[in-house]
Amino acid sequence: CEIKQLSDCLIRLLLDRRDGTRTSEALTPAAAARDEFQEELVIRPLHSGDIYASFQFRTLWDTDFLQEGQKVSHYRLFPKSLGQVLSKFSVRELHISFTQGFWRTMQWGQPFIPSPPGAELWVWFHDTVSDVDGNWKELTNVLSGIFCASLNFIDLTNTVQPSASFKPLGLGNATDHRFLRYATLPREIVCTENLTPWKKLLPCGSKAGLAVLLKSEKLFHSSFHSQAVHIRPVCQDEQCTSKAWELRQTLNVVFDLYTAGQGKKEWSLFKMFSRTLTEACPLATSSKVYVDITDNPELFELSPATPLLSQAVVLGDRRTYSVFDLTRAETFGQLRSLNLLLRWKGDGEMLRPLLHAERYVAGFGLQTGEIHTVIYNNHPYRAFPVLLMDSVPWYLQLYIHTLTVTSKSRDNKPSYIHYQPAKDRHRPHLLEMLIQLPPHSMTEVTVQFERALLKWTEYTPDPNHGFYVGSSVVSALVPSMVAMNTNFTQDQPLFSSFVPVKEESSYFVRVYTEPLLVNLPTPDFSMPYNVICLTCTVVAVGYGSFYNLLTRTFQVDEPSLPLAKRLANLIRRIRGVPLLT
Amino acid sequence: MGLLSDPSRRKVLTGLLTRLNTPICIVCYLAGIVWFMGLAFEPFTLRTYMSENAMGSTMVEERFSSGERALSLAKEFDAHKRKAGGMPVEWLVKAMQSRGLEVFTQSFSRKLPFPDENKERYMVRGTNVYGILRAPRAPRTEALVITAPCSPGNTNNQAVALLLALAQYFRNQIYWAKDIIFLVNEHDLIGTQAWLEGYHHTNITGMEYSPLQGRAGSIQAALSLELSSDVITSLDLVLEGLNGQLPNLDLANLFYAFCQKLGVLCTIQGKLQRNDWDTAEGYTHAAQTMMLMVLKQACGRSWGDHGLFLRYHIEAASVRGINSFRHYKTDATTIGRLLEGMVRKLNNLLERLHQSYFFYLLPSLSRFVSIGYYMPAFGLLAVILLLRALDLWVHLGAPALAPSCHCFSVSLQPSSPGVLTVLTPVVISHLTGVALYLLPVHLQEMAVEHFPVSETEAVVLTAIAIYTAGLALPHNTQRYTHRLILMQFILRYMFTLLKLTALLYLAVLLGCTALINFSLGFILAVTLVPITASITPHMPKALYALVMVLLSPAFTILYCVFIYQELIEAPVSVSEGWMLFLSVISQGILDHALYGSLVYPLLALFIYPCWLMFWNILFWN
Repeated sequence: CEIKQLSDCLIRLLLDRRDGTRTSEALTPAAAARDEFQEELVIRPLHSGDIYASFQFRTLWDTDFLQEGQKVSHYRLFPKSLGQVLSKFSVRELHISFTQGFWRTMQWGQPFIPSPPGAELWVWFHDTVSDVDGNWKELTNVLSGIFCASLNFIDLTNTVQPSASFKPLGLGNATDHRFLRYATLPREIVCTENLTPWKKLLPCGSKAGLAVLLKSEKLFHSSFHSQAVHIRPVCQDEQCTSKAWELRQTLNVVFDLYTAGQGKKEWSLFKMFSRTLTEACPLATSSKVYVDITDNPELFELSPATPLLSQAVVLGDRRTYSVFDLTRAETFGQLRSLNLLLRWKGDGEMLRPLLHAERYVAGFGLQTGEIHTVIYNNHPYRAFPVLLMDSVPWYLQLYIHTLTVTSKSRDNKPSYIHYQPAKDRHRPHLLEMLIQLPPHSMTEVTVQFERALLKWTEYTPDPNHGFYVGSSVVSALVPSMVAMNTNFTQDQPLFSSFVPVKEESSYFVRVYTEPLLVNLPTPDFSMPYNVICLTCTVVAVGYGSFYNLLTRTFQVDEPSLPLAKRLANLIRRIRGVPLLT
Repeated sequence: MGLLSDPSRRKVLTGLLTRLNTPICIVCYLAGIVWFMGLAFEPFTLRTYMSENAMGSTMVEERFSSGERALSLAKEFDAHKRKAGGMPVEWLVKAMQSRGLEVFTQSFSRKLPFPDENKERYMVRGTNVYGILRAPRAPRTEALVITAPCSPGNTNNQAVALLLALAQYFRNQIYWAKDIIFLVNEHDLIGTQAWLEGYHHTNITGMEYSPLQGRAGSIQAALSLELSSDVITSLDLVLEGLNGQLPNLDLANLFYAFCQKLGVLCTIQGKLQRNDWDTAEGYTHAAQTMMLMVLKQACGRSWGDHGLFLRYHIEAASVRGINSFRHYKTDATTIGRLLEGMVRKLNNLLERLHQSYFFYLLPSLSRFVSIGYYMPAFGLLAVILLLRALDLWVHLGAPALAPSCHCFSVSLQPSSPGVLTVLTPVVISHLTGVALYLLPVHLQEMAVEHFPVSETEAVVLTAIAIYTAGLALPHNTQRYTHRLILMQFILRYMFTLLKLTALLYLAVLLGCTALINFSLGFILAVTLVPITASITPHMPKALYALVMVLLSPAFTILYCVFIYQELIEAPVSVSEGWMLFLSVISQGILDHALYGSLVYPLLALFIYPCWLMFWNILFWN
């Protein structure tokens, strides 16, 4: 009973951050126009020598079209295609991300907004929706068209309803996970055709502002590429008197200094994006470029230098940023263009992020296997709880009785387990656990599985490639190294304000593990012809003759007499004497 | 199917089979051998071709150019290896890190069941160093492995250096779709085994190792590199892996295609290809190459680091540089290019290698014999056992009907003592097999105490002693049978039954073996089938005992040793051959303990007991 209470408490602690949202909304300027658009680029040199560029575009739309009877037809900055989707399917909150590559937490630290490899979509529907599954199916198909992605492959076999891991990030107190749908497509490949529709959602398109930098030939020449769309209801002002819709479009990209730098350790906007900045988007109320200079001057040198500095606490760490305000003419200087230049000096080392997770398949052979999820808590003295969510397709038949959780070679009993077994061909396994991670420890979660033999039409066209299992999701409130500033002011950068924060001492982190590629027993698909021929022959010959044998009645055959004897017998019968044999 | 229902026609057929049994068997045996030898004849074989589309038509351009740098790196590595007196772990970690890889180490230790005298090791302790080159925009689901063993002494420095040079070059390329793992393993196969077990989190051989920190998803293919000189004359491809497993033929095709493209001489089994297949020499050459492959595959050990990957369904091959006195030399840059090309093609793979054959024999690199062509050779040998069994079955059935008149009481119940008497030799011979499997390793301490031999010798000699002692067993079983049954007829019935059982048992054993490891099954069939098919108690005992011993599994191994030495053109004298034979036995036992090779248990627990059953028949009366 106590454990249950504890887990409830922890879950609430982890998830219930509605008030936080309200606080974060303070950054909306009350005096400005009701609809507004902000754009922002953060450049952060990473310890590994790579460079991380994160774009955020935020559109606020002052309307509440979910109210009964209200028909919305006027769209100013907000993309109409998305607005219509929201109202048609009664979406309360929508998060979609397309990622190519895997975020290397050990080298790069935590990203501002994490996302798993492939496509991820999670949607909270309004609680007036009666047929959630139907709405979800239609929604995925519509989004598939909007983003040119294979989201139409999302169906009930890869959709789950997490009970605790994904709570709404915006306003509203929805906690009934019947209105939540979560799905990932780990196989989805992200490329130019997904970028173009994403750029079209921006008010300025890719014509002006920061979006001119988004040229696909450079963005896809990188180590990591992730683009996302987040829509949620937020407060319009500090008092939260009226609601607004927030659309955040984010694009994260990590450039590899090693391959593209050709040995030279220097970087510029032009080198990264083959463009320089010349203006802000005219529709934007704010347009800024932040460069993380916390490690300056040991690690690198930035030019041109700017007197504008900003401090922010991001992911439990106080960072200092140089700010370039694109709405001001002096930012562009004499050349009327802004080209930031970074020159590396030192060499980076491996980071020790506080929370880190990885996953792999153990064992060999095509019958069974074991999924290992390893979660590291690198905090020297603080223990903290994490929520682990695992969604495994039905064709890996989990043996849930083999589930073990061990930390420091001792059994670690999860305080909350939510397990929904799979139904063959209908729904995947869903496993959610609240695990307490001891300080400075490695926690290993293992579960054995058996590989199912699929029907021959269920195999993909490339069955020998293997089958994907989506990333598991680790959500946690990680103890912060510095005190968090919950009292947001206006110039708080966008990237620090996505996930609302309630407590000063910890920050919310979501870590995705790598997806798994699992081989299933695969028949040789060139064989069916041979098999059909062989079986037909065996059936024809074997069955026919056995059936013949089984149904025939056997009689001992009397040897027939020679002709002479038969003639003699004929005469004897007439004579009435005994016959010859 | 009229045969089943028509007794008279059935009688005719069985009559024909029993009457012509011996000639048919002889014809089958000869046909089997001739078929097998014909496999090496070029017009009967198929030309190899690339089945995998992803590796086929799209030729990649190789640009690797730092061969010279690799050679200077080899000198540096050599110096550090000498200084460290083993694997220079720190230097390697630094070297890989500076090339932009994620570097991890794994330490392992293994106590061998008995000292390995060939490699002079007993307590093995070592460290594997591996660096992962992360492919850009890839989600860590697939990986390729390039491994180079860090060998003691002067060998293999160039391989490690080339590996590092390739890592540096690969790091600067953007086209990788799969992560590439560069592994430098210590203590050759033991290190590889430790790494593979660590990577897959299994423990099948009792190895102690530290868990791996970095992984890169499922490994699609692996290449092992062995290179001990700055220039080479040819590259040798080694395919035979543990338990006779072979990688997909496309891997061999890939190697061959790149050798052709870059003009590198390539060999298999150390033998160059010849073009004159229509001459006697040409045929002999191909036959020798194929025989070498058969012998290597049959012995079930891993002939390179690649061999252990195969268990994990990772297609792998070893590439070995050979420096002979030939004039034509290839430099390190070209070898680097060859590897670059191969890795790039493997990187292009969309699925695991599965298109081409997994069961094949190679008379040369450009010709192959698929399972459909070589299996009949074995089938012809195996059918002899079935024919003999059929013959015995008919004989067993026929007198049971006729002599009921003069065997009044006994003939009614021949089955109850029959089963018992057949069971006794079967059980006894299998117990001998179990003793042969267990005792050599477990009794080594006792043997070392009582005899002036080393542990390795003790193990091998104990094995031979138990093997020989097994031959004395028939007399024991005979006494049992004497006590139970006295009548001549029953005795004959018994031995027929025993022989029938033994023949079917052998047929099943060889059949199963040949399915997994054709070469082993075929070699055993060639030696075991003639004597087992013909053995009866009514033969000159001394002569046939000698023949049986000469065709027993142990002597088969001895012959294989001599033939192998002959084929690799290093003939040995009888005493050297004997020493080699002893080391082969100890290696076989070690392979079983260290890597899980199954040949030793197969021979000890099944083949040898089966052979003992026939030995029993010879001394039945």
